Amino acid sequence: MNKFLMSGNSIIGEAAIRAGCRFYAGYPITPQNELTEYMAEHMRNAEGGIFIQSESEIAAINMIAGASAAGARVMTSSSGPGISLKQEGISSMAACELPGVIVNIMRGGPGLGNIRPSQGDYFQATRGGGHGDYRTIVFGPATCQELADLTMDAFDLADKYRTPVMILADGMMGQMMEPVIFKKPKPRNYSENFMLRGAGDGKSKFIRGLILDAIDMEEHNWKLARKYSVIGENEIRYEEHNIDKSELVIVAYGTAARIAKGAIKRLREHNKINVGLFRPITLWPFPELQLRALSRKIKNFLVFEMSTGQMLEDVRLALQGYATVWFHGRPGGAVPTPAELANVVARYYDKKD
Amino acid sequence: MTKTIFKRPKSLKENIFHYCPGCGHSIAHRLIAEVIDEMEIRDVTIGVPPAGCAVLAYNYFDVDMIEAPHGRGPAMATGIKRVLPDRVVLSYQGDGDLAAIGIAESLHAANRGENITVIFINNAVYGMTGGQMAPTTMLEQKTTTTPAGRHKSLDGYPVKVCELFSQLKGVVYAQRCTLTSPAQVNKTKKAIKKAFQCQKDGLGFSLVEILSPCPTNWKMSPVDACKWIDEIMSKEFPLGVFKDDSTTTKKDREAV
Repeated sequence: MNKFLMSGNSIIGEAAIRAGCRFYAGYPITPQNELTEYMAEHMRNAEGGIFIQSESEIAAINMIAGASAAGARVMTSSSGPGISLKQEGISSMAACELPGVIVNIMRGGPGLGNIRPSQGDYFQATRGGGHGDYRTIVFGPATCQELADLTMDAFDLADKYRTPVMILADGMMGQMMEPVIFKKPKPRNYSENFMLRGAGDGKSKFIRGLILDAIDMEEHNWKLARKYSVIGENEIRYEEHNIDKSELVIVAYGTAARIAKGAIKRLREHNKINVGLFRPITLWPFPELQLRALSRKIKNFLVFEMSTGQMLEDVRLALQGYATVWFHGRPGGAVPTPAELANVVARYYDKKD
Repeated sequence: MTKTIFKRPKSLKENIFHYCPGCGHSIAHRLIAEVIDEMEIRDVTIGVPPAGCAVLAYNYFDVDMIEAPHGRGPAMATGIKRVLPDRVVLSYQGDGDLAAIGIAESLHAANRGENITVIFINNAVYGMTGGQMAPTTMLEQKTTTTPAGRHKSLDGYPVKVCELFSQLKGVVYAQRCTLTSPAQVNKTKKAIKKAFQCQKDGLGFSLVEILSPCPTNWKMSPVDACKWIDEIMSKEFPLGVFKDDSTTTKKDREAV
């Protein structure tokens, strides 16, 4: 297998095309422009590949919704402010059960914020984000290799569950370069029955999100909820790192988890203390039971995020008061060094039970 | 011997329209269905109904349909058409949908020359939500959100969609028609057919604007509503072909 040195944004694009994505629509926004540009350059060489620079984020998400209904594998990407605009369409795709992949290369917020790496969109991503009662599967990759692997998996899961899937990375992940190997994509498994391609000789079909009857709408909501609970049972992913001999475990995802690994190494070498890492890879569904199981032997957790504390709430819910939960955060595009985090962890380590 | 001279088009389902008495939507639906039948394109047509009174269009049209969020029909239609270029893709939109919340999606689909057809129902009012001001509401016209009448300095002017869109090079055909008499209904049907033909020939964006009565929200009888279109509304929104580049575009395409 060939190894490539590529930036995170380009890796997502390449993985998507290899996974059979043939429709991409997007609007320029930093720090994800390289992904849009990669798709512009490479979609035209992919058989049947379609690239559209849309007039807005709203148009982009609705274009991919239409293309998805027509049967294509579809993707759009953006960063915080643009993802906010896409929420109408994400909600609509969830309601209409249309598969698609949405990439959020997070930047500092709220509002226009800045263009530096941040993790402030965790709530928006993991709580559905748009209006109504729905969830999206959310991946939080922490390496360029994971960007490649999870992008491909995102398309498979979107098809399998007929639901939008979000890749939640940040400006650091999008801009950094690492060597990557592209795995062989699985063949697409998606029924023609779900595609809207003209009635042909058969009965006409329709796809709708508006269901005026309350009981019918309730049933549709429960149908989606049942699907989400199946996803919760089958699709949880996480990584445990250096847990065994540790009395304190950091909980972090994405770039923050990379920093945490650096801090853990430093703490072992310089401070001679053992600290573990629990890294959710699926942010929704959140590895709640897996984290709770850890609290049988570990009583001290430190949530580290590049935000003022969002995943923190999921960690507290998961641990249900069985362990102490501390928090360290750097919002607004400030990225702490492993040394800074190691100092913070060492302070908490002295306070642990 | 009996001869059938009037029957339900095959592309309409056996459902009864929910539209108010005197509403133009049911006539517009029927005309589209007749054209689909006559052009024998039911099997390849994909329709995109809007949010608004026509949101339930899939209950009536016996063709594949996908409902768009408010205003996003042309973006969705773009996605469908690019993936399935040999299908006939129709975006059915109201005045709020096309000229207010979805003007960006509509204008840019037109500007890209997306090979789709937009049927635009202009009834100068928001129908489904109960009669609020539309971007095409006439000056002085009373609506629930312009109780003293639309005022130019507060609410701006009626948006003239055919005039605006016909400036764009991507638009190959734009016509404004109405439904106030059998003759006008026939003209509208011809316009719809022409628009679909442009799409079938791969020429670009085609637009048919239909001045359509809304007796309920105009608080008029159906007859008065038609009269209001003929005497008042069509003065602001003149009927006619605003653009027809089909012949030259076709020649250009053939030359290539």
